[in-house]
Amino acid sequence: MTNPLTQLRRAAGGGLDGVRNRWETAPGAVRWAVYLLLILGALVLPSDAIGSVMSPRTDWATLLFNPIGIYVLLAIGLNVVVGQAGLLDLGYVAFFAIGGYAMAMLGTKLHWDFWVILVAGVLISALSGVVLGAPTLRLRGDYLAIVTLGFGEIVRIVANNTDSIGGPNGISGIPHPPTIADVAIGDVHPLRYGILDPRPYYYLLVAICVLVIIFVRRLEHSRVGRSWAAIREDEEAAEIMGVPTYRFKLLAFAIGASIGGAAGVVFASKVISITPMDFPFILSATILAAVVLGGSGNLPGVILGAFVMAWLPEFLRGVSPSGQDFSQYRTIAFAGLLVAMMIWRPEGLLPSRRRKAEFAEGTGGLGGLGAEVTGPDTSSAEVTR
Amino acid sequence: MLHDFVTQFWPSTIDGLSAGAIYALVALGYTMVYGVLRLINFAHSEVFMVGTFAALFVLSNVLDITHPITGIALVGVLLAMAAAAMISSGVTAVVLERVAYRPLRRKGASRLAALISAIGASFFLQELFALFVIPTVFHREQHGRDQIPVPHVMDKEGLFSIGNGVVRNDKLLVLVAAVVMMVLLDQLVNRTKVGRGIRATAQDPETAVLMGINIDRIILVTFVVGGAMAGVAAALYALEYENIKYNIGFLLGIKAFTAAVMGGIGNLRGALLGGLLLGLIEFYGASVFGSEWRDVIAFTVLVVVLMFRPTGILGEPLQKARA
Repeated sequence: MTNPLTQLRRAAGGGLDGVRNRWETAPGAVRWAVYLLLILGALVLPSDAIGSVMSPRTDWATLLFNPIGIYVLLAIGLNVVVGQAGLLDLGYVAFFAIGGYAMAMLGTKLHWDFWVILVAGVLISALSGVVLGAPTLRLRGDYLAIVTLGFGEIVRIVANNTDSIGGPNGISGIPHPPTIADVAIGDVHPLRYGILDPRPYYYLLVAICVLVIIFVRRLEHSRVGRSWAAIREDEEAAEIMGVPTYRFKLLAFAIGASIGGAAGVVFASKVISITPMDFPFILSATILAAVVLGGSGNLPGVILGAFVMAWLPEFLRGVSPSGQDFSQYRTIAFAGLLVAMMIWRPEGLLPSRRRKAEFAEGTGGLGGLGAEVTGPDTSSAEVTR
Repeated sequence: MLHDFVTQFWPSTIDGLSAGAIYALVALGYTMVYGVLRLINFAHSEVFMVGTFAALFVLSNVLDITHPITGIALVGVLLAMAAAAMISSGVTAVVLERVAYRPLRRKGASRLAALISAIGASFFLQELFALFVIPTVFHREQHGRDQIPVPHVMDKEGLFSIGNGVVRNDKLLVLVAAVVMMVLLDQLVNRTKVGRGIRATAQDPETAVLMGINIDRIILVTFVVGGAMAGVAAALYALEYENIKYNIGFLLGIKAFTAAVMGGIGNLRGALLGGLLLGLIEFYGASVFGSEWRDVIAFTVLVVVLMFRPTGILGEPLQKARA
């Protein structure tokens, strides 16, 4: 009776649930072993052997830093706003830009140390998140979306039109982080930040990602995380239950913004020169797509989504069945895949359990489409339930 | 600064109204789809883009116009442009609904998933034009991403002047055409049976189904009408600005959506008001602060409006505010 494809998907979903159950009952030592293995995996990832499979055409370690590493960090940050608090932000790239410009300005004009700027950049971005959020967070869903989109554009255009921060030419000569210690492991100097080798920057990103993941994970299971989930599922009910929704939404914005800012600081210190063109709206859309594709609200899913979004277009660049250069077709292939993915698995690749439950109610946390009752599948589900 | 504003007042008013009329027509598509589906139809900007190329197709490939024409022939050509743009935009909108939205709707997917699907469809259409349609149909191999000039079909001359601003024939045409289309659409939604169906679906889709409304058909009509309006806007845009590009829809789409939100999304008259107002504010602001700040002014005004009127200037009457 049921479609074999649906059966297959259910079986796959069941397998995933099995993994989840085992994970939740696993003893602490096993979990720590898995975490260590994952971090080790991230450390050996930039090796040439993996690179020759993953990206035969472009330098794999460079790709791992930008776009892959940057996308992953941005997606983790946006996931706090969209996935956890359920606030649709279409201008997330603004915070990435603010972090990048903070690094560029403080580094070239005031000659601050990278590590000081990292802290300052995070604080400046968090402040800008509050500045954007304070007047706008009383707005509902789509109004908030368009206002954040406008904010992203405002930041980019202001950077483009202000000559004191370089105008359309941007800022160049951004200093690299100072070398911490010149230790060599093989031919890699993981703590020497130069021009040529992207791997030290990649390791820096991995370290920041690990810290951020721990931070976000702790938040998710705290009072703050529960409040976000309540706001996401029903804001009015949350308010009535005594959750100070406005304050928690502002907090989500500030935390999301500071993670985006951190990504911006690291990005700017690696690429030496930034221009307003580095922070287009498309990047906001791509990061949002990464979050939703991976499974909004679920960290492993979001990381997977960001990885796919960053890596797939580069991988498609290398695919050349008949020796032709297909690199110009990668965006169209990618766009088609995005639509197909949303039709095939609208809840994302790895949805969280809670999200799945919300999804089964037909809202996915952000409200369903207005006319969702029409589908024969959903209406029959209503009857049998 | 203020002096510039005063001297530029009438020219900015005229430019602002004609730019705003195009925003308003595109905003109608966003507002109608949002009213019925509660979906930001992100790919609507590409519906507009397809329309501009359909207008170009009529001018350059079908009629092969090289010099300006006048009289009845011009009217015929303009109508042909508008018809081609309306049909191709309408068809694009329907295909979008079928391919990118309906399967999601059937699965009861979240609005976020639909938005991502819309973004994907938007990129897809842009690339489709840049890689295949523009190089082959318009004979620009390797130059699919360049700006493409539209043949100069009518001589643009001043008709009369208000203050120190000259009202050009093409700008007047844009404004009049936009207002006429608006009135027609308003009549369609408020007076006809289909219009009643649209309003009912927007208010409460579940009850609308119970009352015997074929909701799929209503959604289809909504996309067709919204697409046709974008088509009219596209033909007028091609006529007035005479330069088009594969990603022309992006910024215009954002502006049009801003206009829709400013007027009160889901509100047809709000779309007209928001569009014209946005056009005026942009040009007034540009005359004071310089044209490079046009977009910043538009978005800043949007934020300010929403702070004081969180559901736009005219509110959301096409649908009841649903939590």
